[in-house]
Amino acid sequence: MIKIVVGSGKGGTGKTTVSLGLSLSLAENKMPVQYIDCDVEEPNAHLFFKEAEFQKRDVEVLVPEIDKAQCNFCEECAKFCAYNALAIFPNTALVFNEMCHSCGGCKIVCPQGAISEVKRKIGEIHTAIANNKVQISYGKLNVGETQSPPLIRAVKKEIADKNIAIIDAPPGTACPFVETIRHGDFCLLVTEPTPFGLHDLKTAVEVVSLIGVPFGVLINRSDIGDSSVEEFCSNEKIPVLMKIPNDRNIAVAYSNGMPITEADPKYKLEFMELHRKIYERVGNHKR
Amino acid sequence: MKVAITSSGKSPDSEVDQRFGRASYFAIYDTENDTFSFADNAQNFNAANGAGIQSAQNVASAGAQVLITGNCGPKAFRTLSAAGIKVVIGATGTVKEAATKFKNGEMSYATDANVEGHW
Repeated sequence: MIKIVVGSGKGGTGKTTVSLGLSLSLAENKMPVQYIDCDVEEPNAHLFFKEAEFQKRDVEVLVPEIDKAQCNFCEECAKFCAYNALAIFPNTALVFNEMCHSCGGCKIVCPQGAISEVKRKIGEIHTAIANNKVQISYGKLNVGETQSPPLIRAVKKEIADKNIAIIDAPPGTACPFVETIRHGDFCLLVTEPTPFGLHDLKTAVEVVSLIGVPFGVLINRSDIGDSSVEEFCSNEKIPVLMKIPNDRNIAVAYSNGMPITEADPKYKLEFMELHRKIYERVGNHKR
Repeated sequence: MKVAITSSGKSPDSEVDQRFGRASYFAIYDTENDTFSFADNAQNFNAANGAGIQSAQNVASAGAQVLITGNCGPKAFRTLSAAGIKVVIGATGTVKEAATKFKNGEMSYATDANVEGHW
């Protein structure tokens, strides 16, 4: 139905707090919701669904395997590889799996037919339907693995068209974030009114604008810091869709695995209102 | 024999570049006739990743049998070893000084990388 990405640039601004609040509020209003945790290097939203029984399956990527009996060490594969995942010397062929982006190009350009593709596990997808009707899926990247985008793509494939997907993005604005917001209908950028929040908001705004996903801002802990984030949004004509004041009770509840909507039920209405605003904007954008 | 030395400039008086994969230049020192030639490494200087692997291949195609540098990461070391290139780590001073030390047999070969990638 609609894919809402919750991102930030800066870590620790409240992406998971907001994603959970939005998901649970929608679910309580009998809307079909899927929670997609794309922060595959450190997924944690599932900790809030204590009763859920997760099913897991492996996610694999294809990497080249060179048959040394057929290889004539011509270097065509290494010349083709944009990521330097292959090194060829007389009588030696090296493959650096962790550099490989699984494009399959080396196999195509090999004149000897010496390259085949083999599967390599990079992580897992865990899925459950939680008692309150939220379907949650999260990716878990293997420790030491550098390529998270293929796993993020796989987690996003769990989204069913009929559902509202709330996608919890990884912090930062590099490849994992770009992969997460691609094909999203809307990106909600969670920030805080501090110089750090503003700095990272600006880089996130640049990326989201470049990808062309409509976006708005949620200011968390809105009564701390300064007014620079609001001034930035007003100057750039970026809509501020919701504010959450600093509240120790919310933080204490969160640290005990209790979502914001349970800590303070008034937020259920506010998140429904947030969803309405986003829905409206996506509609306007699509028209 | 040809010896590759990572160099911060295009002269034998340039300092040894402490980085291998993203070294500014490679000096190719010919021990037979005591001459230096220089190869630009700009392609890898700006690489996002895999600079060590690519630089190792460049050093190999330059015909060097030994590499002298400041530091060397694991992927670069693995690639250099596969190419049969011996590695000297911890070189300091100018390229010329490093070359002289090597010629006088005052350097020893490393058995493993001494830094992590992207140090």
